[in-house]
Amino acid sequence: MNNRIIIVGGGLAGLMSAIKAAEAGCGVDLFSLVPVRRSHSVCAQGGINGCVQPTREGDSPDEHFDDTVYGGDFLANQTPVRDMCHAAPAIIKLMDRMGVMFNRTPEGNLDFRAFGGAKYRRTAFSGATTGQQLLYALDEQVRRLEVEGKITKYEFWEFLGAVLDDDGTCRGISALDMRTMEVRTFPADAVIMAVGGPGVIFGKSTNSAINTGTAAASLYTQGVRYANGEFIQVHPTAIQGIDKLRLMSESARGEGGRIWTYRDGKPWYFLEEKYPAYGNLVPRDIATREIFHVCVDMKLGIEGKNQVYLDLTHIPAETLNRKLGGILEIYEKFAGEDPRKKPMKVFPGVHYSMGGIWVDYDQMTNVPGLFAAGECDYQYHGANRLGANALLSCIYSGMVAGPAAARFANGLHKAAEDSRDGCFDREKRRQQEIFSNIYRMNGSENPYRMANELGELMTENVTVVRYNDRLKATDEKLKELQERWRSLNVLDTSRGTANQAVQFVRQLKYMLEMARVITVGALLRNESRGAHYKPEFPERDDARFLKTTIADYAPSGPRISYQEVDLGYIKPRPRVYDVEKKVGTRKEGDQHER
Amino acid sequence: MSDKPIRLKIKRQNTPDSSPYWEEFSVPYTPGHNVISVLMEIQKNPVNSRGEKTSPVVWECNCLEEVCGACTMLINGGVRQACSALIDKIGRELTLEPITKFPVVRDLHVDRGKMFEALKKVGAWIPIDGTYDMGEGPRMAPKDQEEGYRLAKCMTCGCCMEACPQYNSRSSFIGPAPTVQVRLFNLHPTGAMNRSERLETLMEKGGIAECGNAQNCVRVCPKEVPLTKTLAELNKDVDLYAIFGMLKK
Ligand SMILES: Cc1cc2nc3c(=O)[nH]c(=O)nc-3n(C[C@H](O)[C@H](O)[C@H](O)COP(=O)(O)OP(=O)(O)OC[C@H]3O[C@@H](n4cnc5c(N)ncnc54)[C@H](O)[C@@H]3O)c2cc1C
Ligand code: SF4
Ligand code: SF4
Ligand code: FES
Repeated sequence: MNNRIIIVGGGLAGLMSAIKAAEAGCGVDLFSLVPVRRSHSVCAQGGINGCVQPTREGDSPDEHFDDTVYGGDFLANQTPVRDMCHAAPAIIKLMDRMGVMFNRTPEGNLDFRAFGGAKYRRTAFSGATTGQQLLYALDEQVRRLEVEGKITKYEFWEFLGAVLDDDGTCRGISALDMRTMEVRTFPADAVIMAVGGPGVIFGKSTNSAINTGTAAASLYTQGVRYANGEFIQVHPTAIQGIDKLRLMSESARGEGGRIWTYRDGKPWYFLEEKYPAYGNLVPRDIATREIFHVCVDMKLGIEGKNQVYLDLTHIPAETLNRKLGGILEIYEKFAGEDPRKKPMKVFPGVHYSMGGIWVDYDQMTNVPGLFAAGECDYQYHGANRLGANALLSCIYSGMVAGPAAARFANGLHKAAEDSRDGCFDREKRRQQEIFSNIYRMNGSENPYRMANELGELMTENVTVVRYNDRLKATDEKLKELQERWRSLNVLDTSRGTANQAVQFVRQLKYMLEMARVITVGALLRNESRGAHYKPEFPERDDARFLKTTIADYAPSGPRISYQEVDLGYIKPRPRVYDVEKKVGTRKEGDQHER
Repeated sequence: MSDKPIRLKIKRQNTPDSSPYWEEFSVPYTPGHNVISVLMEIQKNPVNSRGEKTSPVVWECNCLEEVCGACTMLINGGVRQACSALIDKIGRELTLEPITKFPVVRDLHVDRGKMFEALKKVGAWIPIDGTYDMGEGPRMAPKDQEEGYRLAKCMTCGCCMEACPQYNSRSSFIGPAPTVQVRLFNLHPTGAMNRSERLETLMEKGGIAECGNAQNCVRVCPKEVPLTKTLAELNKDVDLYAIFGMLKK
C-alpha cells in the first residue's frame, strides 16, 4: 500500500509540501480551513527573493545568505538559511515554469526589484500581488494532481490535534468538518503542518482573519515545542482600519517611496537623514521603531495622529500603475484617496511571526512523524525577517518537508492502521469532550469581545517597545483571561451545522496559550535583538541571548529554555544600517549542529 | 445624521435544507466601517433589532482586502465583496443575502465548490514535467505578461457567475470565470502545448457556446478581469479551431 501523508494547510508551504510528497509517490490528504486558493498567502504583495542573476550588480546567493542572517540579527540557524538562499534561484525559475506571471524586462527576462535590508535587486514580483500569483500556480498544480488521483482535498475542515501513539509518534490527526461539526480522526504515516502565522492574537494585524495560530498552539499543548515565539515582526507601513490593518508593501519603498512627516513646518525625511546608506529601505524593525518614535515619543505624527506619510507622488503614475497597481488599488479602495496624487498615511502593524514550531533541518518537530513548514515554523528568519524572504522560506520549507515526510513514512515500521493501540479513539474522545464542554458554555462573557481585549493587550504591551514590568503585568492579565474564558457564552448552541461561534471559542482558548508563549519569551529575553526591543536593555547580548528560545507546555504556563544557534558560516557582527554592510567573515572549520 | 445607526436586514438560513428567514440588526455608526466589520460588531453583541438574543451571523471571509475572493454576497441586491463595501460609500441601510447560484451552507456562507470543479474540467494549469530543477522558464514579452496577469488576478469570487443570466441550475454552462481561465493557460508558451485540449472542453456541452454575450459578468468583476473581451477572443479561437484545427487531426 502507498504511504499516506496528511498535510494541514494549503498556503504556499502546504501546497508545495503536497506536490513534493505526491511526486515522491505518497498519497496525500490535504486539509484546510478555507478553499486552499483563498489561503493567507494570497495577500503577499511585494515579491520573492532569489539571486537569479548572480553577476548582476555583484550579487550572489552568499550575499543573499549574508543579508538574511544579518537582517535576522544572527538568531537564525545558518545551515538551513544558507541552503534556502542557494535554492532560491531554482525556486523562482520553477515558479516561472509553472506559469507565474512575473513582471518582465523588455527582453522577456524576469524583472527584479529592490527590497528592504538588501542593496541588490533580487526580488522577483508579479505586479503587486506576488503571493496570489505564486499561490495560484501551486494551487493549479495541486488541482492537476487531484485529477490524477494523487491528492485528496479536505477543504472547510479544521485540524484539531495530532493523534499520538503510546511511543509519542504522530499517527494521524483529528479534524472538524466545519459544515456538519462532526469530529473525525484520519490516519497517516507522516503529518506536515503548514498552518501559517498567529497575527490575529494581536487583534488587528495585516494577517487574514483565519490566522489565529490555533493549530500550532494546540500542538504545543500536546508537547510540541515552540521556538522564538517572542519575535513578532511589526511592519512599518500599514493603513489603519476597524477590522484589520491593510499592508502597504515594502515594494512601495523599493520603487522609490519616501517616508516623512512635518518638523518645524517642513517635510522631514527622517529615515533618509538617519540612515544615509539604506535610507527608506532600512529593515522593517528599524523603520518601525523610527516611525513609532517620531509619532509616539516626539508626537510629530501627521494631523497629530499616529501616522506618517509614505509618499509616491514624485513617481510617474504610469510606472506606479505598472509596478504597484495592486497595492495602490487597496489604498484607493480602503482609504478613499489616490496615492498617485496624495501621500499615503501609514503606521506600523503586526505582520509576521519569525517564531514558530521548532523543527530540525528536515522540518521535523520534536514529535516523530510530525513536520512543520512555512510561517508556522521558526527556521529561517532569526530575530527579524527580510521583506520577500517569507514566500521563499514557505516554498523552500515545503520542498524540504514533503520529501522528508515521505522518507520518514518509508522507514516507518508499522503502518498507521496496525498501530492503533486505541490512540485514534482516545484522540477523538478528547476532542469530542472539548466540544461538548464548549456547547454547554452559557456564561456571561462574549468571546469576540474577549478576543478584542486580548488583541489590545498584546498590541499595547508586546509589540514595538517592550518593558519588563508591563510584560509581567500582561502575563498576569493573560492568566486572568484564561480564567475568564471559562465563563464565556458560546452564543450559538445549534448543532450539526456550520457553527463558527463554537469554533471561535475553542480557538480563543489556544490563542491565549500562544499569547503567553510570546509574552513570557519576551519577558525573559533581557536584550534587544531584531524585532525584540527593550529600552531597559538596548544592546544585543550575544553572551547570554544568542540562543533560540524554546517553550514547552505546562498547564501553569510556558517553560522556557534556550538552545545554541548554528553559527557555522558567518561570525556575528554588530548590525548597523547607517553605513554600508560589511561582508560577513566566514568562519572556518566550525561544526554545524543538526 | 452622524449618530444614525447602521441598519441591516439579513437573509438567514440555519441549515442547507431549511427555509430562509429575515432578521434585522442595528449597529452604532462609527466612520470607517465596511460590511464585514459591521458583521463583526454583531458577533460582539448578537442581539437583533427587536432586542432578542440571537446567534451571530455566519459568513465567509479571510483576507479582508479583496484578494482572496471569500466574502462574496448580495449587498442591497448587487453582488460584490463585503470587505470592500465601505459603509461611508454605500450608506447605512443594508440588505445582505447569500448569492443565489450556489447552495447555502448557512446564512451568507455558500458552497462554491462547482467553480473549482470547472477549473479541473478545462485543465486550468501548466502541465510541467515536475518540480525538479530543470532550468529557466520560457521568455515572455512584457505585453503578454500583462495580458496574462490581468486574467491571473481572478480570485474565484463568483461575482461574475452570480451576474451571468446563462449560468443557472437549468443550464450546463460552466460560467464566465472558468471559461476565461482557458485563455490564460493558452497564451503561456508551455500551456499553449495543450491549447487544443482546452479549446475542446469549451466546445462541449456547458462550453462557450452557452454564453449569450449579455456582458453582465464584466460589470461586476471586482478584479477587472477583461471577461467579455476574453470571451470574444476565445469564441474566435474556438471557431478557428473548429474549422482548421480539427481538419489537421
Ligand atoms: C499583507 C501581507 C503581505 C505580505 N507580503 C509578503 C511579500 O511580499 N513577500 C514575502 O515573502 N512575504 C510576504 N508576506 C508573508 C507571507 O505572505 C506569509 O508568511 C506566507 O504567505 C505564509 O504562507 P504559509 O504557507 O506558511 O501559510 P498561509 O498561506 O497562511 O496558509 C495557512 C494554511 O493553513 C490552513 N490552516 C490554518 N489553520 C488550520 C487548521 N486548524 N486546520 C486546517 N487548516 C488550517 C489555512 O486554511 C491555510 O490554507 C506578507 C504577509 C502579509 C500579511
Ligand atoms: S457575457 Fe456571457 S458569461 Fe458574461 S454574463 Fe453574459 S452570458 Fe454570462
Ligand atoms: S472573473 Fe472576476 S468576478 Fe469572476 S470569479 Fe474571477 S474575479 Fe470574480
Ligand atoms: S475577505 Fe477576501 S475578498 Fe473579501
